[in-house]
Amino acid sequence: MSAPAAGTAIRTKSPHPSKFERAIVVGASSGMGAELAKQLAAEGAHVALVGRRESELEAVAATIRAAGGRAIVAKHDVTAYEDVPRVYEALTKELGGLDLLVYCSGAQYNPDESVYDFAQDREMIEVNVIGAIAWTQLAAAHFEAQRGGTIVGISSIAGERGRRTMPGYTTSKAAMSTWMEALRNRIARYGVNVVTIKPGFVDTAKTAHLTKKPMVISPAKAAELILKAAHRGGSPSVFVPGQWQLVALIIRHIPSFLFRKLNL
Amino acid sequence: MAALPSLRNTAPWRVLDGFGISARAASRWVQPRSVDELANIIRRAADENLKITFRGNGRSYGDAALNAGQLVVDNRGMTRVLSFDRERGTIELEPGATIETMWRTGLPAGYWPHVVPGTMFPTMGGCVAMNIHGKNCFKAGPYGDHVQELDLLTASGELKTLSREQDPELFRATIAGLGLLGAVTRVKLGMKKIESGRVKVRPITTPNLNAMFDCFVERMPQSDYLVGWIDCFAGGSGLGRGLVHQANYLSAAEDPAGRALLDNDKQVLPPKIMGVPRSILWRVMKLMTNDPGMKFVNAVKYMLPETFDSSGTFTNTHVAFAFLLDSVPNWRNAYGDSGFIQYQMFVPDSTARAAMAEALEHCRKQGVVSYLGVFKRHKPDEFLLSHGLDGWSLALDFAVTPGNAQKLFAVTRDLTKIVLDAGGVFYPAKDAVVDADSFARAYGDRLTRFLDIKHRVDPQSVFQNDQARRLGLV
Repeated sequence: MSAPAAGTAIRTKSPHPSKFERAIVVGASSGMGAELAKQLAAEGAHVALVGRRESELEAVAATIRAAGGRAIVAKHDVTAYEDVPRVYEALTKELGGLDLLVYCSGAQYNPDESVYDFAQDREMIEVNVIGAIAWTQLAAAHFEAQRGGTIVGISSIAGERGRRTMPGYTTSKAAMSTWMEALRNRIARYGVNVVTIKPGFVDTAKTAHLTKKPMVISPAKAAELILKAAHRGGSPSVFVPGQWQLVALIIRHIPSFLFRKLNL
Repeated sequence: MAALPSLRNTAPWRVLDGFGISARAASRWVQPRSVDELANIIRRAADENLKITFRGNGRSYGDAALNAGQLVVDNRGMTRVLSFDRERGTIELEPGATIETMWRTGLPAGYWPHVVPGTMFPTMGGCVAMNIHGKNCFKAGPYGDHVQELDLLTASGELKTLSREQDPELFRATIAGLGLLGAVTRVKLGMKKIESGRVKVRPITTPNLNAMFDCFVERMPQSDYLVGWIDCFAGGSGLGRGLVHQANYLSAAEDPAGRALLDNDKQVLPPKIMGVPRSILWRVMKLMTNDPGMKFVNAVKYMLPETFDSSGTFTNTHVAFAFLLDSVPNWRNAYGDSGFIQYQMFVPDSTARAAMAEALEHCRKQGVVSYLGVFKRHKPDEFLLSHGLDGWSLALDFAVTPGNAQKLFAVTRDLTKIVLDAGGVFYPAKDAVVDADSFARAYGDRLTRFLDIKHRVDPQSVFQNDQARRLGLV
């Protein structure tokens, strides 16, 4: 809504757009991130794929381009926090602005209960929390200024409770969910759509080792549900698929003295 | 010494706005505490190809102190009074010191700033950059006229002392230079000797625009301050109707009791206005900040007589008279999240009557009416990019809403054409909408000379901001 003469100066709140024109997907080399990138491109978005594994990113980008979509690629390790502004600025410049940022990078270890591994816990916090903060807050500052934009953070239902089987992971996802909630409370009033996604089991490399995966869905299905939530606007926090909402409600209310006895 | 972390990668981000709220940008932000720290930041920013703008209290209405994606250097870490000479009335201040600091330092010794704007919060850095003016600009000239000397830290790291004797060309380009030539680190100014802590105010109702011009012409010789308020909703024979406020300093002989008011504690803004505490007044105003509400408020303000005695005057403390805008803290919030823009037109004496009548009439016809019109007389000054001219100014505050934005910008483009056809200029402290071609047309050869100096003292163009890029100043 800015007049040519007013340059970048004046922006008024704009309605939530029906489609995303320019998107960055952080953690796009595989799983949900790769699917999100493909589906966004199929909707017509110009997508920037960010991740550590350049060849995988290129492969996803090639698929997108083969289908007639537009994609660019940036090799970046989300724990190289000081690189985030440079990568963000280079990509938004190339895309000509930004409507959507998806933070999909995640580290997950499910160590045996006899293991106390600080390096793994630290990595999960660094990737799932600090990396998420570095990326989403930069987008938040720009989106607040432009009075619009969507930030999607892929957290997890695992963040609802601290679980004996995955202390580091559940802690990291609780922190990420809280961060996303705080961000929403801070900037939703400026017309920025801050979306928290809490998936249950998604059939990806991260869950390959698990034997029991109730209500498991494919990454493609997860991506579809995530985009649906992002398109809806109104800064929702959603479980993917939605049935997990009921499970989460129950889990959140199990008293601590009982919860510690459950093999969760 | 270990290498300092990169500003580009580690400086915090801030979302900052112009005073009009409507212009905003996310940028990196730092607040140096000393000249050394400032010099260090400038050097690092230049090395990292980050562009710097300076920012004080954010009182420029548009994008003058915004720098999207780049670096904002906040001068409010440097706020000291460096010296005050009670005999001569000269004061030296750091760039983050405000007009408030200045009057509070001077008043107990019987000095008032020669020039103050309608708010006491602008910093010295901002006042230099914009060469601000007050309600006495027809007589006292702008702020720059009272600056005796200043220190400028340039992109090369050199600290230059500038005055009318020492490097006068750079002195005259730095004042009103929009902060594009370097960081002002010290300003030395003269202050005005006063004998009373109050002024005598005479309100005069003017039934139309011509009457307002005539009133100024008649009253200027015997006035210290003159400001006009215009009801922009009025049309027909009442087009440009309003009120003029004339104010005069009082001598000790005229106002013996006024001496006791040369006391900072006596210089207070009214705690309540029409029974409403000042701190929440903007919320009340917000209810009225729409076309019908403001039409009503303007009409009431025009009709309602002010309290004065049989001489037709009343007295006001300097603070209450000068800083009317501060009487309602956060008044800008009454405009809501989309804010407002101020469009201030400066036109020469010979064309002013016609140009301003045309502007007011055009706004009315387009249904884009200013909620506040402020009218002043100016005089030319020596500063290269100054808005000062032998003419008049009319400041118009327009609400911005998601619905009216495009129409409003179209109207401001028309106003810009009126200003240019009248041979007028623009004032960057207020501007959010003028384009580079119009600015170049208004300033002509002066802009060329400014750009020559800019290229000489800042060849890498380290000092930039959103407005400077928009106006083609870098």
